[in-house]
This record gives sequence, structure tokens and C-alpha cells, in this order.
Amino acid sequence: MGSYVPTTDSERALMLKAIGVSSMEDLYCNVPADMMLNGNLNLPNGLSELEVARAIEKIASKNKTYHTCLRGAGSYRHFIPAVVKSVVSREELVTAYTPYQAEISQGILQAIFEFQTMICEITGMDISNASVYDGATAAAESITMCKDKKHTKAYVSATTDPQVIETMKTYCFGSDTELIVIPAKDGRTDKEALKAALGADAACFYVQQPNYYGLMEDAEELGVITHEAGAKYVMGVNPIACALMKTPAECGADIAVGDGQPLGLDIAFGGPYLGFMACTTAMMRKLPGRIVGQTTDVDGKIGYVLTLSAREQHIKREKASSNICSNQALCAFTAGVYLTAMGRTGLEGVATQSLSKAHYFASRLEELGFKRVHNGEFFHEFVTECSDAKGMLAALEAEGILGGLPVEGGILWCVTEMVSKAELDLAIETIKNWKEGV
Amino acid sequence: MSLIFEKGCNDQHLTLLPECDVPVVTLSSTREKELHLPHVCENDLTRHYTELAKKVHGVNDGFYPLGSCTMKYNPKVNEAMASLPGFINVHPHQDPSTMQGCLEVINKAEEYLCEITGMDNMSLQPAAGAHGEFTGLLLIKAYHLKNGDTQRTKIIVPDSAHGTNPASAVMAGLTVVNIPSGEDGCVDVEALRAAVGPDTAGLMLTNPNTVGIFDKNILEITQIVHDAGGLCYYDGANLNAVMGVVRPGDMGFDVIHLNLHKTFSTPHGGGGPGSGPVGCKSILSEFLPGPVVKKDGNAYVFATPENSIGRVKNFYGNFTVIVKALTYVMTLGKAGIPEASMNAVLNANYMMSQLKDTYDMAYEGPCMHEFVMTLERLHDKTGASALDIAKGLLDHGIHPPTMYFPLIVHEALMIEPTETESKETMDHVVSVFKELHKAAVENPESLHAAPLTTPVRRLDEVGAARNPILRFSFE
Repeated sequence: MGSYVPTTDSERALMLKAIGVSSMEDLYCNVPADMMLNGNLNLPNGLSELEVARAIEKIASKNKTYHTCLRGAGSYRHFIPAVVKSVVSREELVTAYTPYQAEISQGILQAIFEFQTMICEITGMDISNASVYDGATAAAESITMCKDKKHTKAYVSATTDPQVIETMKTYCFGSDTELIVIPAKDGRTDKEALKAALGADAACFYVQQPNYYGLMEDAEELGVITHEAGAKYVMGVNPIACALMKTPAECGADIAVGDGQPLGLDIAFGGPYLGFMACTTAMMRKLPGRIVGQTTDVDGKIGYVLTLSAREQHIKREKASSNICSNQALCAFTAGVYLTAMGRTGLEGVATQSLSKAHYFASRLEELGFKRVHNGEFFHEFVTECSDAKGMLAALEAEGILGGLPVEGGILWCVTEMVSKAELDLAIETIKNWKEGV
Repeated sequence: MSLIFEKGCNDQHLTLLPECDVPVVTLSSTREKELHLPHVCENDLTRHYTELAKKVHGVNDGFYPLGSCTMKYNPKVNEAMASLPGFINVHPHQDPSTMQGCLEVINKAEEYLCEITGMDNMSLQPAAGAHGEFTGLLLIKAYHLKNGDTQRTKIIVPDSAHGTNPASAVMAGLTVVNIPSGEDGCVDVEALRAAVGPDTAGLMLTNPNTVGIFDKNILEITQIVHDAGGLCYYDGANLNAVMGVVRPGDMGFDVIHLNLHKTFSTPHGGGGPGSGPVGCKSILSEFLPGPVVKKDGNAYVFATPENSIGRVKNFYGNFTVIVKALTYVMTLGKAGIPEASMNAVLNANYMMSQLKDTYDMAYEGPCMHEFVMTLERLHDKTGASALDIAKGLLDHGIHPPTMYFPLIVHEALMIEPTETESKETMDHVVSVFKELHKAAVENPESLHAAPLTTPVRRLDEVGAARNPILRFSFE
């Protein structure tokens, strides 16, 4: 049996005596006797560390991983500098609790303050919180931020990641909010449909940028339409793309959310990822979740604390704007280290290479006869037609390449700075051979 | 200590990426506002974070008796397993046939956690306890709606409950009915009986409760709610008292959430990521968020429950956290799981027995895995508060217990040692508490000034909220 209990039998005897009971079971005297399991637990026997490591490693070996990844759709394989994992594995940071006792948590609080600053810089917004679970829940929480007695309906573009829309739907089931999906036209939000749909009771409109198909939306114009209807404008953004594209702030967003997974987090079967939420100063008190603020101590020294707690559940209880308690602190910390390691030039480099390589790959696919299904400008993802996605992907898989994601109409490809030209050319060769063999 | 933005200079950078090996493309419309990010060399980067890490007190640094948080030892083998390339390099959109290991982790975690809790099915998707509460309450809502009971909108919550309970109920579109706790800190059964009715959706409870006591009326309590047509929700935050010894499913609960970052040893990471799986009896399984993992012959497949409430987040949950918890459960196994909880209860009772002659206990023993002290009398007599004692602990390198929670106890300090602390550590901590009590009686001023030896001293929290500075400014 594996155990982390240091107490010896003789110590246990001493402790029981000090308490004044004769056995461990006596401590459960309030539990109805027939509720006690008395060891009747149908679990396998415990294991030594060597055995458990072997067992888990065996499970892990049943997964396939690929040396070349051309799939995105909400999970992006970017280069993670070694210094990131090295810093983030420090015991003090990993095993610390939420920094409620500020005096002994200055390291975490300062790191989160730095993270909040970086999210503001990336998105151009005024205020950021200390993170939420992921981009999908950030999107869902943004709806609550925008609702009031007169503005009750939420709108989301059909070009949003389906998982984000689904999560919003679930949260709206909770809050009894009507969620309306604005249709797409040639892969981007249909502006006429949006104009027609937004009424005086519209609370917010959410659009993803770049959108699920990799296309660049007319974000500024969508913002104007949204504000004209008296609604709040929410953008869900890829933080890497923000190094190059017009920021949500420059597009008029009231709230910018997204998933920070591309900022130094492993793809890891989907989690833990990193939701970020940033907003204008006007909306500060509506932001859910923890926020770190700067202050001074009794000696006048600068320090950091969790602040604006009157928004949160532990103070407001049923009047809180959200129930959120835990955040993704260590993931936010990781993103901060990644952004520090990359710096501006590094992040611009990642964005530029992802953008450029995706365009290179798209043009080579087009040469082979696999054209894009949409016409607009794209960032690092794009959809090509493909009548036999299964066959193409199987051919790529045989070369250790994870091809794009099969979607309606074809394949959604993603290229990041991780993929070299040689790997892209190999993928093209492989597809060419498969196509000619067919 | 300066911020990272104040270090280095513009020309400093790491050499991380090769040159672009394809023609460079630009966007037609680009950002105008300059992007300010840190500019340091790798040496100064690591020094900055080393300096930050030295100003953090983790479980690895010392005793961490936070009541309701279960700050037990975080096993390092869990970290190693969660970092296996076979897990971290899996893209969540891969074909399930290529992710059988990940699906097996989810399925095994569900199986073992259901066995421990007495539930029939579980979703590993929720990312934290509060997220699990929200999910579980949606299950209850969906259940009543399916039965046409649209008037069942009230959730009964004891006044001793954690703030996330009522907040989650409101997020789920339900109304909160607060009921008072009895003199003994437990549910006032008569108040509960008066509160239930045809509009009752359910009850949210944690057992042992937030004052560390196992409510011996638990079967009667859940029966009252069931008889009124409601369902019972178990907040699993305190499972460390009863894991493997008693099961919430046997107490009459229909739906539960677990905190893997509490009971199941995954690290807190400074506030997250956690994981809050939701388990339920079969009457609610059809509503669970999807996708869930099922076994189809020899293979694992994804499936969406028939009347699923839908996703509550992207992908499948905080996967690497689940790997850590599974490793833990497999390590402890059949005998180790109840050994952990029983020793957690032993340790709390031991500390209580050693402190009860010095401090006032809010409730008489025996306690479960945590106990609450009330410093109201000490405060009235000496002016030293629970906060002062807590700050005094900091100067001894000990993390304070949970303060001022639950709200039903005045000047509360809630202590939860967990099973991974040695008698030696606990005896030392007891002596420090006694020393602080002496200081409170003889020289309360010294405690008002605490802490003295930490990187910063008491911080102006009022000022921070009044004039919020929430980011560094580059202007």
C-alpha cells in the first residue's frame, strides 16, 4: 500500500490516549454504524511508487503523439522554451495556496500582477483579472458582465469555436438567458444579419478573432454595429495573433477574452488551459474572479494583494457576480514566464512565422488542387476542400503527421512556428503521393 | 523588488527561434499601439523568478493548516506522471483511437472516484469546485424541468456554507433559502423541515460540515428533502474526513462534486488549476456534461449523455490534474484511502486536545478532519484578534489557518492539519500557538505589529480597493 502518512503506530497510540479515545473508529462516533464501510471498498490494492509509475506509464504509452502537428481548432502547439517549465516547476509556486495571506505570497501576487499587465498590453484593454478556467468559460462569463435589467439577450457569431458556443449555451441555461447565434456568410460573420438581429434588449455580441475557420473578421465594423444597437462588444482573441493584428481595444471591444494556452502551455489532451478576461475601466467592477492590486505596507513598501473582493463569492455569496473561486494561477504564471522569455520580438516572431508558414502551406496545397473554401484574409488556420479527408489524414498519419481537423466542407489546417518548411514540404509530398495513388 | 518590466533593456532577448524559412507574410491591418513586454536576458529572467519564488510559502515550506483546503503533501510522482510526453503531447482533437491512454485515465478516474463516493457516474469536465457546484446544480435543474416541476426553484443552503454554494445556485438560475445552523453547528432539522416544500429543488450540504463536525442526523436530513421532492447536493470539500470510511452516496446524496486539489493531493499552484469532478446517482446520469468516456468492448469511446446539459468548458477537463489524482488513488489503493482520512481525523483531534486548555473551541469534540477555535473571548479581554494571532504565526514560518470562516463563528480560526503532518510538526505548532496566546495576554501590542519578519508587513487592503492599481503602467 502506498502511503504518505508519517505517523507510527506508537505515536498513534499516544495521540489516541491524549484525545481520550481507545481506537480510530471511536472518532467516527457521530456516523451511523451501518454507514461505515469498514474496509469494504472495491478498489485495487495500493502500489509502491515503482509499480504505480510503471502502471501509469503503460497507460500513457497507449496514446499516439506526432512529431508534426497541423491541427489547431482551440489547441495550439507552440514552442515552449525550456526556461518556462524550469521556472514553473519550483516547489514554492506549485504547492502554494491562494495568496490570501499576502505577506507570505508576494511572489505569486507580483507574478499575477505582471501577468495582468501583459494581458492588458496584448489586448490593449485597461484591466485584466487573474485568469479563469479557459477561453470558453471566459466567453460565457462575459455574458453575465453585460446583462442588466434592460439588456437581456446575448448574441454570438456562428464563426465561433463550437465548444465555446456550447459552453455559452450551458451557462445561459443556468442564467435563463436567450442566446442567439448570428449566421456566417462565406466563413465570416454576416454583418447584415447582425444588424437586423440586434434589438434594444441586446446585452452583448461576441465574435472570435481570428475566427474558428482562421479568417480575420471585420472586427472594427462589427464593433460599430454592436454599439449602435446599445450592446456591449466582446471579442474572443488568440493572444499570439494580438502581437500583429489590431487589438480588441483598437476595435472598440468592451471586453476581451480568450484562451492563453498558446502562451507556454502544453496541448495535454485539453487541459489545464488558461482563460483570460480583460475589459475597459468602466466595466472593472463587473469582472469576475480574482484580481491583484498594488498597495503599500505599514513601512511604506510596495506590495501586492488580492483586491476588489467585494465582487466575489466569499464576500457577496448569493449576490456575487460569479461563483468562481479557484483560477488557473499556475497557468497564468506560466504564461507570464513565456511572455517574458519571448519578449515583444519573440512573440511577434511566433505570430509572423505562424502566419507565414500557414500561407506557404495553403499555397502549396492549392497547387495540388486543394483550394481554400473561404476567400477572406486568414491568420494561421484555414479550411481547404477535401472530398476524402479520412484518406488524406490516414496517409499523413503514416508519416507521423497529424493533419488538419475534418470539418464540414473539408479540413481545418493550422500551422505554427513549430513546423519547419521541410516538414511542410514532406506533408505536401505525402499528400501528392496519396492523391496520385488514389 | 522591481517588476519584470523594470529590468533589462530593449536589446536584450533570448535566442529561441530560427529565422523564418518561408516568405514572410503580413496582415493587411495591424495593431497601432506598441506592445510592451519584458526585455531581459535568460540569466536575469531566472533570477527574477527565483526572487519571486523565495517570497512564496508553499506546503513544501512548512505547516499549512488551512481549514477546508486540505493542504496535504503533493506527491512528486504525481507531477512526474502528469509530465509524461505520452500525455502532454496529445492534441485533444486527435481521433479517439489514438488517445486510448487518455480516455483510460478519464474512465479509471470515474470508476475509482465513483466507488469512493458511492455515485453511479461522473463527469471529469469541471475545472474547479465552484465549477462542479454550478454543474451539479444544473443537473438538479434539468431533472426537475424534465419532470415538469418548473416551480422547483429553491435551493436550501445552511448559513455555515462556503460562499460558492449560494453563488453557484444563483448562477444556475435558482433562488437561495438560507437556514440557520443549530447551537451545535449542525443543520437545524426543524428549520429544514419548515423550509422544504413543493418549490424545493434541493439542498446543498457538506458533511462533515464547515465547522468540522459530522452531522449525525444526516440520513434524516436527506430524507426530509427527498420526501419533499428535492434532491441532495454534497459539497465534497471536506471529503478528506471520510474518504473510504463513509460514502456520500450512502448518506443520501444524489449529486456531489470533488476537489481533486484538496482531497486527492493535486497541488494548489497558488490558486489553481484545480479540478472539480461531478458525480451523480443514475437518476441524473442522463444530464451530465458531455462528452463522457465509455467502454465499447476493448476500446474507450466518447459518448454524450442523452439529455446532457451541455459542455461546461472546452475539451475534457483539467486533464493533467486528473492524471495526478489518478496516480494518487492508485498509490493509496483500497487500504490507503481510508488510512489517509482516518489519520486526518486523528491529527485534527490530537491538535484540538492539545489546544483546548489554552484556546476556546467553537464546538465540543470529537471533530472530524478540522476544528474551529473562537477567539472572541480573547479578543474582548486583550484586544488581540484572530487576525493578530494569524499574523503572529507568519513570523514563525507557519501559514495561518483559515480565518473568519465559517461566518457563524466569531473570530474563527479553522485548523486542518491533514494526515501528512507528523506528530513532531504538530507538537511544535501547538507550542507556537500557546506562545502566541501568552503574547496576546501579556503583550497584545506585539501581535498588532506582526508580522515583522516577512518580505512585506501588513498591507493596506482598504487603500488597494479604494484606488485600484491593477497593472504596471509603461507611460
